[in-house]
Amino acid sequence: MLNWLSQISAITFANLKTLPERRGAALAAAVGIAGVVTVLVGVLSIAEGFQRVLAVSGSPDVAIVLRSGSDTEMNSGLTHDDTRLIADAPGLARNAANLPLASAELFVVINLPKRSTGTDANVPLRGVSPAAFDVRGNLTLLEGRRFEPGKNEVMVGVGAARQFSGLDVGRTVRVGQTEWAVVGVFTAGGGVAESEVWTDAAVLQPAYHRGDTYQAVYAKLISADAFHTFTDALTTNPSLSIKAMRQSDFYAEQSTLLVGFVKGIGITIAGLMAVGALFGALNTMYSSVAARTREIATLRALGFGSSPVVVSVLLESLALALAGGVLGAAGAWLAFDGHTTSTMNWQTFSQVAFAFRVSPALLVEAILWAAMIGVLGGLFPAIRAARIPIAAALRET
Amino acid sequence: MTTDQSPLIHLTGVDKTYRRGSEEIRVLAGLSLTVQRGEFLALMGPSGSGKSTLLNLLGGLDRPTKGAVEIGGERIDALTDRRLAGWRARHVGLVFQFYNLLPVMTAERNVELPLLLTPLSRAERRRHVATALAVVGLRDRTNHYPRQLSGGEQQRVGIARAIVTDPTLLLCDEPTGDLDRKSGDEILSLLQTLNREQGKTIIMVTHDPHASARASRTVHLDKGQLSAAAPA
Repeated sequence: MLNWLSQISAITFANLKTLPERRGAALAAAVGIAGVVTVLVGVLSIAEGFQRVLAVSGSPDVAIVLRSGSDTEMNSGLTHDDTRLIADAPGLARNAANLPLASAELFVVINLPKRSTGTDANVPLRGVSPAAFDVRGNLTLLEGRRFEPGKNEVMVGVGAARQFSGLDVGRTVRVGQTEWAVVGVFTAGGGVAESEVWTDAAVLQPAYHRGDTYQAVYAKLISADAFHTFTDALTTNPSLSIKAMRQSDFYAEQSTLLVGFVKGIGITIAGLMAVGALFGALNTMYSSVAARTREIATLRALGFGSSPVVVSVLLESLALALAGGVLGAAGAWLAFDGHTTSTMNWQTFSQVAFAFRVSPALLVEAILWAAMIGVLGGLFPAIRAARIPIAAALRET
Repeated sequence: MTTDQSPLIHLTGVDKTYRRGSEEIRVLAGLSLTVQRGEFLALMGPSGSGKSTLLNLLGGLDRPTKGAVEIGGERIDALTDRRLAGWRARHVGLVFQFYNLLPVMTAERNVELPLLLTPLSRAERRRHVATALAVVGLRDRTNHYPRQLSGGEQQRVGIARAIVTDPTLLLCDEPTGDLDRKSGDEILSLLQTLNREQGKTIIMVTHDPHASARASRTVHLDKGQLSAAAPA
């Protein structure tokens, strides 16, 4: 075994030392692989960023209650009586005044111009009940103050404030016939609420002619385990026709369509580029083997085995690919990580602001892609190297 | 390999045929040859006579189409590729016309290569390499790369690499073919020393009568057959 490793080490050393002589082809192969990795990481970081926003939005001890048959808040509807029955259900946490931590909410979409393009985009405007702040638990004011109940005031998520014009504190936003004063900017732990504009539900209802109806109830549970007690009580109540989900599951489900679409696009593009990079690697490694035919034959003549030759050619190819992979991953990280943008959440038809996220797992995935290209690109040249007819190759000049 | 007084090499009825398209080329035709231990045999003949093919068969780098190649009592033509590689590493030292050194390695590392196939420790390998380089008179060139050495010096490194494992048999394929007369003479003297003082059995392919004159016996190959054998 030690002999075998020594053989591999000697041949690999010789291979890698001759790389500068083949720097043109080697560089082309590495850059090709770097391109694949950059594109893959770039596109998948969109999915990662979007997924993360929705993942951190959901908590397993918060339930969201919609009308039965609804998948989103957009197509849900609850009466005032429904929300009262939901707030009385067992399993709900209560505040110091013994009031249930349940927020009956409205969800409408307004048009605001994007700062980047000036074109209108759908922005979620959420009407919340006073308990909403305790239900979410992670809202922090960055600037200004909360809206005052009963007034046409809004507070804006930091993502929405960055992405859309007119949402600076002190300004007024006109939506339809109503004007809303922007009084604060908040964060929500990086969650989807940061893409929303919040106001008092009681003010939003008449502004949008919603009467005394709501679309969802967000309810803070005593614990995550209380979810089944809570849902059982609601679903067995004959006067309610609702569905309840954990907030974490609700957002995870919301992210599946877009994340699946973006990942599919990313992997398809990267896959097509990988085919090109694979040919680049094959070309480099074939020329590498051809340039060292006599050296390989000499080593074989001295008694070196064919398997160390195969492994060493693969290692060279792998080294090239990993160099390209690291280059591409570093480039993608520098170019994309933290870049903020917004995109349509197709479940709510509104924009979600998020940051591209180049996670360690994504980098590892990209490096594995590079390694796969390297191994495939080196395999056939390695087999050719091992099959070189020794006697004839020894006399090659 | 055994150390008795039986012949080291015994070839019987060896044929080697190559196929080029539909044409068959018979390079060796029923060749039989015996070489005693400690002989320095020169193998001469015109181009295409089969000298290098014969040397390749003796080194286990190629296999006969027909016949037996027995070296040190072992039928090497019957060994698997893997066993044949191991046999070469243990028993044969190869010296090439164009030296076949790895240009990215120093003289020391080039000479060390065959020792990587042995269980020797790094320190032991270094000791063996130093001895081999001393034998060929290159003790002061250990850290030189092939491009920093003259042709004669490169061939000495090639010979050091061939003897570093202390093989019984040295196979030299036109070892002076790429050298000027002076350097060639030095290499031939070195081979003679290895033959006389260390008892190496040497088979040397050459076109050069001046080189063959240094051998203890010369055999001529013509059209795949031994045409004559003349004692030196």
